[in-house]
Amino acid sequence: MSHSQATDKLMVELRDLNKWYGEFHVLKNINLEVRQGEKIVICGPSGSGKSTMIRCINHLEEHQKGDIIVSDIPLNEDIKNIEAIRKEVGMVFQHFNLFPHLTVLENCVLAPIWVKKMPRKEAEARAMELLERVKIPDQALKYPGQLSGGQQQRVAIARSLCMNPDVMLFDEPTSALDPEMIKEVLDVMIELANEGMTMLCVTHEMGFAKTVADRVIFMDGGQIVEENEPHEFFNNPQHERTQLFLSQILQH
Amino acid sequence: MSSDISNSSHKPDGGPVQPKSPPTDKTKFWNDPKKRSLLFQVLLLSALGFVFYTIIDNTLTNLEQRGITTGFDFLTSEAGFGIAMSLIDYTEASSYGMTFLVGLLNTILIAVMGIFAATILGFILGVARLSDNWLISKFATFYIEIFRNIPLLLQIFFWYFAVLRTLPHPRQSIEFLGSFINNRGFIFPAPVAEDGFGLVVFGFIAAVLGSWIISRWSAKRQERTGQQFPVFLASIGLIVGVPLILFLLSGMPMGLEHPELKGFNFRGGITVIPELIALWLALSIYTAAFIAETVRAGILAVSHGQTEAASALGISKGKTLRLIVIPQAMRVVIPPLTSQYLNLTKNSSLATAIGYPDLVNVFAGTTLNQTGQAIEVIAMTMAVYLTLSLLTSFFMNWYNARIQLTER
Amino acid sequence: MKYELQPAMPPPSNLIGVVGWLRKNLFNGPFNSVATIVVGFFLISFMVPVIQWIFIDSDWVGDSRDACNSGGACWVFIISRLDQFLYGFYPEAELWRLQLAFILLIGSIVWLVMPQTPKKGLVAVWLLVIYPVVAFFLLYGNSFGLIQVETHLWGGLSLTLVLAVVGIVASLPLGIVLALGRQSEMPIVRSVCVIFIEIWRGVPLITVLFMASVMLPLFFPEGMSFDKLLRALIGITLFQSAYMAEVIRGGLQAIPKGQYEAADALGLGYWQKMILIIMPQALKLMIPGIVNTFIALFKDTSLVLIIGLFDLLAIGQAANQDPKWIGYSTESYLFVALMFWVFCFSMSRYSQQLERKLHTGHGNRA
Ligand SMILES: Nc1ncnc2c1ncn2[C@@H]1O[C@H](COP(=O)(O)OP(=O)(O)OP(=O)(O)O)[C@@H](O)[C@H]1O
Ligand SMILES: [Mg+2]
Repeated sequence: MSHSQATDKLMVELRDLNKWYGEFHVLKNINLEVRQGEKIVICGPSGSGKSTMIRCINHLEEHQKGDIIVSDIPLNEDIKNIEAIRKEVGMVFQHFNLFPHLTVLENCVLAPIWVKKMPRKEAEARAMELLERVKIPDQALKYPGQLSGGQQQRVAIARSLCMNPDVMLFDEPTSALDPEMIKEVLDVMIELANEGMTMLCVTHEMGFAKTVADRVIFMDGGQIVEENEPHEFFNNPQHERTQLFLSQILQH
Repeated sequence: MSSDISNSSHKPDGGPVQPKSPPTDKTKFWNDPKKRSLLFQVLLLSALGFVFYTIIDNTLTNLEQRGITTGFDFLTSEAGFGIAMSLIDYTEASSYGMTFLVGLLNTILIAVMGIFAATILGFILGVARLSDNWLISKFATFYIEIFRNIPLLLQIFFWYFAVLRTLPHPRQSIEFLGSFINNRGFIFPAPVAEDGFGLVVFGFIAAVLGSWIISRWSAKRQERTGQQFPVFLASIGLIVGVPLILFLLSGMPMGLEHPELKGFNFRGGITVIPELIALWLALSIYTAAFIAETVRAGILAVSHGQTEAASALGISKGKTLRLIVIPQAMRVVIPPLTSQYLNLTKNSSLATAIGYPDLVNVFAGTTLNQTGQAIEVIAMTMAVYLTLSLLTSFFMNWYNARIQLTER
Repeated sequence: MKYELQPAMPPPSNLIGVVGWLRKNLFNGPFNSVATIVVGFFLISFMVPVIQWIFIDSDWVGDSRDACNSGGACWVFIISRLDQFLYGFYPEAELWRLQLAFILLIGSIVWLVMPQTPKKGLVAVWLLVIYPVVAFFLLYGNSFGLIQVETHLWGGLSLTLVLAVVGIVASLPLGIVLALGRQSEMPIVRSVCVIFIEIWRGVPLITVLFMASVMLPLFFPEGMSFDKLLRALIGITLFQSAYMAEVIRGGLQAIPKGQYEAADALGLGYWQKMILIIMPQALKLMIPGIVNTFIALFKDTSLVLIIGLFDLLAIGQAANQDPKWIGYSTESYLFVALMFWVFCFSMSRYSQQLERKLHTGHGNRA
């Protein structure tokens, strides 16, 4: 069971968030507060808007109504603010999205050098340290195409961490992986969680949710339908849609 | 865990969480992407406006100094030069507007002729290149690699200057079947319709209509009963047979006007000028090489699995080709084929280099030189080609949309 | 039950050897046999005289048409004018400048094309940015102690190369800007780029050259005169940049959306994202397309003869008009065709090879 490392400081705040794709209302009045050190797991059926919601947080998607505030910076039309938020927020994608033309090390040092203007030496030292943390320092000079899926995803995590983010967003980081590789990625994520990182994870790895999450959020139809601490969420789901979803997911 | 991934002591920018800039309500406008892009676009527009203004201003001054009045009035004044070949009545007394029309029609003529020949040649070569006969496939490869890698203009010159212009003079013409070939072109007897030929034309139209009706009927019947009908053979029979029978029955109502040598040249008959022949040969041979490649790609795109599936279903080889391979290959082939047709049409403008009176030659060439109305003439010429390309791309969009619709 | 390992047996004799090959490739079935015989007969009866004319009965040495009396091709004609075919009317004492520029060009291209050579990026920058400047001063002179060689003296293969290389090098940056503009979210920028691209792609090059030669002087104030070559180059560059833009757009579209998103998520700005992430990947995909447009441009440069420049084909055409050598136009066309063909064919082979490599290697793109 996880003991909360959360502090009082609000890291991510979504207030009455609404988003439309043309006529289609994808996100409906989302309200969410995430404190520093909190780990949130987001689940829900396909198409329920999970990805869209977390992608709004670093402005990969534009929202139309409501407020997003990330570590005191409001996400508005000001480019400076968007840049500032993206420096604070790391993101890990389902399909890794490593840069195939750069080596693992170059992938990791790219943003620190160009965005944070860090000297290359320092960036490389930091990157090697993180690659060691995710247990692939020996692959540093290889290209992403030469690595397995699990290794690529760990590189992607290291790449985000190189920017020293305050918040990490994960969008189904293990769902493109073969079963034997899922564990190696989850291990890294659990370690990261234990160290006090603020995390928002879209995932259907319920084991991970049970061990790590402070809160589990269930989304359906663009809404947050249920929100609870993991024990309650899994053993005593309130909403019938949650019950249905859990029964389907836990069948296997 | 003792080690700490996100330990703040590693932060290069020092210290724990830095004080962030407080929420600002007033965004500086160059940081607002919407306002910034608006400003940028306004700047772009004004820059373009300025450039165009300067160009137009300079042009008007320059034209004035040369004593040229702008406008399209020149189109109605007398051209005063002859054109070697015209599909409509044209004399030196005709207007510049007419030269435009004559050129346009000649461009269309060469384009249609070229498309016709290049398509046939290209399909033959494309299929030949995939033949399992080594000699035939190598020959096709050889042809394609040779002709598409040599500039078209050179090929036109070769046919015109090295082949057609070195043919004998009219007096020593090569003669066969009442036709003549010499360095003035290809001269053959002209068919002259006599009384009753209208019946043959009528028969032809009726036969075309008839075969259309038959194909509809047979498709419907096959849907209902499963019976098949040899539509293709029946249509050929109708379209060739009916006019032929009518022609014979009505006592062959067509005469031939034979060309005759008068002085240094031929009178009567139909003369195809060597410029047209050279251009036609070069355009067809050159474009056929490209069409062959499209056709080959189209056939290869139909996966082997499709043909295997068809033979597993017991469909015969000929029917597989007709029902499975060709329809699917055509989908892949038609878009690039259309752009080859467009290329051919644009390339026909090289006519001007050997003096075939196409649009560019008579209009953007002679007419421009005589009137000095550079802006109007070039604009009109470009507009013709632009219209053609726009039509082509509309067709392709429509076609692709239709294909995508049926593929779902 | 136990099976013995069986040794591999040779195939039946009618599947191997010369006979097997002939049977499989030339004579399988009656239709193919007839086709082979007909095509073979046609080829032999056509090729034998041609080969005889070109090689066996031809004349190679001499200095006037009197040397051409064996009934075959008169290569003396070409050989005696070889300098003109290669260098146009460039002064003989200055030819080393042309040759040096050519050697530098070929050297850098070979460097780029060879698979093992290091520092390709640096060489590419040299070729695209520095070399054109160096080549300009070499060819034109009028500085660094080199005497000026007016452009109307330029001609032959070297002029063809100048037109093609300048056309491609100058259209690349313009094409990149147009392609990015066409993908832009700003409606006015997008429309301007689309209109520009579609106009140039919609009209034949010859009208563009006409426009450059008769309209361009009208656009500028009185007294500002343009070199004929420069006018042609402007026309060719505008025309080519539209095609280039479409090739580049194709490359950009082939980059997965995830690459853009990952770059955004890391906080890279638009230009950083484009220069560091997207362009390097897209450029690799674009090279075959760029080579293909280069081949098209290379062939199209021959059109400049219509506006009075003496490229390779125009030199051949002028040679045919020489009264001392009337009647040997086939030879000069064949020679010019061979020159063009060698360049275009080798480039198309290179681009095909690259395409194959792109399809097989680097399979893993997320
Ligand atoms: N660019 C887009 N344009 C229009 N509709 C979109 C777009 N992207 C997503 N959608 C729609 O928005 C809804 C939410 O999508 P989202 O990707 O957030 O779902 P999700 O919960 O992440 O699902 P999954 O588990 O499949 O990843 C879906 O119905 C989807 O069809
Ligand atoms: Mg998703």
